[in-house]
Amino acid sequence: METFVQQILNGLVLGSMYALVALGYTMVYGVLNLINFAHGDVLMIGAMVGLSILKLLDGAFPGLPGGVQLAIAIAGAIPVTMIVNVLIERIAYRRLRNAPRLAPLITAIGVSILLQTFAMMIWGRSPLPFPQLLSSDPVNIGGAVISHTQVLLLVLAAAAMVGLVVLVEKTRMGRAMRAVAENPRVAGLMGVDSNRVIVATFAIGAALAAVAGVMWGANYASIQFAMGTVPGMKAFSAAVLGGIGNIYGAMIGGIVLGIIESLGAGYIGDLTGGFLGSHYQDIFAFIVLILVLTVRPSGIMGERVADRA
Amino acid sequence: MALLTFDTAHKPRQSYASMAVLLAVMLVFPFVAAQFGNSWVRIIDMALLYIMLALGLNIVVGFAGLLDLGYIAFFAVGAYLTGLLASPQFAALLESVVNYHPELQDAIVRTFGEDVRTNGIHLSVWFIVPLAGLVAALFGALLGAPTLKLRGDYLAIVTLGFGEIIRIFMNNLNDPINVTNGPQGINLIDPIRIFGVSLAGEAGSRATVYIGGFGMPSVNAYYFLFLLLCIVTIFMTSRLQHSRLGRAWVAIREDEIAAKAMGINTRNVKLLAFSMGASFGGVAGAMFAAFQGFVSPESFALTESIAVLAMVVLGGIGHIPGVVMGGVLLAALPEVLRHVVEPAQQALFGKVLIEAEVLRQLLYGLAMVFIMLNRPAGLWPSPVKEDRPAAAIAKEEKEENEA
Repeated sequence: METFVQQILNGLVLGSMYALVALGYTMVYGVLNLINFAHGDVLMIGAMVGLSILKLLDGAFPGLPGGVQLAIAIAGAIPVTMIVNVLIERIAYRRLRNAPRLAPLITAIGVSILLQTFAMMIWGRSPLPFPQLLSSDPVNIGGAVISHTQVLLLVLAAAAMVGLVVLVEKTRMGRAMRAVAENPRVAGLMGVDSNRVIVATFAIGAALAAVAGVMWGANYASIQFAMGTVPGMKAFSAAVLGGIGNIYGAMIGGIVLGIIESLGAGYIGDLTGGFLGSHYQDIFAFIVLILVLTVRPSGIMGERVADRA
Repeated sequence: MALLTFDTAHKPRQSYASMAVLLAVMLVFPFVAAQFGNSWVRIIDMALLYIMLALGLNIVVGFAGLLDLGYIAFFAVGAYLTGLLASPQFAALLESVVNYHPELQDAIVRTFGEDVRTNGIHLSVWFIVPLAGLVAALFGALLGAPTLKLRGDYLAIVTLGFGEIIRIFMNNLNDPINVTNGPQGINLIDPIRIFGVSLAGEAGSRATVYIGGFGMPSVNAYYFLFLLLCIVTIFMTSRLQHSRLGRAWVAIREDEIAAKAMGINTRNVKLLAFSMGASFGGVAGAMFAAFQGFVSPESFALTESIAVLAMVVLGGIGHIPGVVMGGVLLAALPEVLRHVVEPAQQALFGKVLIEAEVLRQLLYGLAMVFIMLNRPAGLWPSPVKEDRPAAAIAKEEKEENEA
C-alpha cells in the first residue's frame, strides 16, 4: 500500500511536468494542426537558460535564498524560450502553412536538431549538474515522501494551468485562439488576426515549457542538450491520450500518463516475474500512445479524429 | 546534374553510358583512396552502408509517403542478430537461460554441438544475411500493423517511439537473460567469410585479403562487397518503384482514399512498404556488425534515424539517384570535415572551437530545414513530375502562378 501511495505521488509529479509540455503541443496543434516536434527542445533550452541564470546569480549575489534563485531562473528562462519558439514559427513553419503535411513535419525535425546543436555549441555536450536549491529534507505525506522541489513543481504546474484556463476562457486573446482553432478562415473573416494568435500560442506554449524545463532540472539535478527528446515524446503521448487539440485533455492526459508510468515502473518487476525491471519505465508512454491511437484516436476528452493528420 | 542521367525510360543511351562511367569510377576508387590511407576507404565503406539504409527508408518515406522516424531500429535488429549468431555472445545467453529452461539448453547443445557452451554460435554469412533481412522485415510488419490507420504526424511519433523501445530493450536485455549484453554491447563478431576467404584478412596477414595471388587491404574487400550490395539494392528498389506495387505506394502517398477507391488493398500495400524497407535496413545492419566486429546500443540512437531521413530528404524524396547522392553527401562529408575542419581550426585558433560532431548535427538540421523550405523535392529531384512528392509540385505550381 505504501508503495502504491508513493508511486501515485511520483506519478503526479511526473505527470504535471508532462502536462505543462503537453499543453504546448496541444495548443499549437489546435491552431495549426501541426505537431511542433521541436517543443521538447524548447523545454531543454528553458532548462539550460535557467541554469546559466543560476550561475550568474551565484556570482553576482551569493547567499540569495534558493527559492528566490529558482524564481528568478524561471522568470528569466520564460522570455528566452518565448523568443525561440516564436522565431521557430516565423522561420520554419509560417512559409509552409499551406504545404502538404510532410514538409512542415520534416522542417520541425530539422529545427529540433538545430536547437540541440546550438545548445551543444553554447553549453557543451556533457551533462551539466543542476544545483540543489531547496531544502533536501523530505516532506512526508501519508507514509510517502516527496521533496520540496517536487512540492513546488506541483504548485507551479497547478498555477500555470489555472492561469492558462483563465486566459483561454476569459480574455479576448483566448477567445481569438478558440476561434482560430475552430476554423481559421471564418475567424479571419470575423476580424481575428490569425498570425497574432498563432504567435501568441507559440509564446504561451514556450513559457509553460520553460517552467517545466527549469523544474525538470531542479528535480533530476542534471541536464543535457538531448534531454528534451524523451519528455517531448511523452508529453505528446499525453496530449494524444487526453485528446489532441483540447487543453483540458492535455492536463488530464499528462497526469494520467505520469501515473501510469510510475505505477508501471513500480510494478513491472512483479508483473513479469523479474524479467523486466524498472529501467523499462520509458516504454509505457509509447505503449499507451499506440493503444490510444488504435483504440480511441480522439483520446479521453477530444472529439477530433486521428485521420486528420 | 544534366551530365549524369539515369532516366532509362526516356534517354536510355545516355543513362547507360553514365552508369558505365560511374561503375568504372567506383571500381577504381578504393585503390586511389587507399593511397591516402585506409581510413578514407573506411569512410566510404560506411557511406555505402548508409546509402543502403537511405534506399530502404526511401521505400517507406519516398514511395509510400509514410514518415518513419524509427528506421534505425531495423538496422539494429540486423546488427544484433548477427552479433548473437556470429560471436561468443550466444554462450553467455545460453548460460543465463540455463536456470530457467534446462531442457531448452539441452536441445540447443544437441543441435549445435558441445562447442556452443563455450564459443557461441558462428553461423555462415549465407545464413545470417537472409535471416537478418527476414527478421527485420518481420519487425517492420510488426511496427506497421498497429499504425495502419495513422498518417503523417501521428505515424512519425509512433515510429519514433518504436525506435526508442527497441533501443531501451537493447540497453537492458542483459539481465536476467543476457541477450544483448546491455550497454557494453557484443564484441568479437566474426568477419564476413565468402567461399573461405575472410574479408578481414587471415590471422597474421595484417588485414590484407588475398584472392588467388592478388592482395588488397581488408577495407577494400569490404568496399567491393558493400558496393555490390548497393547496386543490388538500387536495382531492386528501382524495379519495385516501377512495379504494380510501386505504383500502389505512390497512389497511397498522394491520396490514400482515392487509392482505396481504386481497389488498392491499402493495408497490405502499406505493410509491404514497411517490411520491404525494413529488410534492407536489416541486411545493412548485418553487414555493419560484421564490418565493425562490435555492436552497442549507442550506434542506434534516434539521431541515426534522423541522419538517414536527412539523406533521403536532401537528395530527393522518391528519386533513387538523388537518394544515393544524399547518402554520399551526408555520410561522407562529416567525416571529411572531421579530417579537414578540426586540424584547420587547430592551426588557425590553436584549439578546436566547433567539434566535427557538432558540425555534423548542424549539417543535418540545416539540410532538412533549408531543403523543405526552398527545394522540397530535394537537390536532385526526379525528372518525371509524377514521381515528385506533392510538396514539391505544390511549390512549383505556386511559383508558376506568381510568375
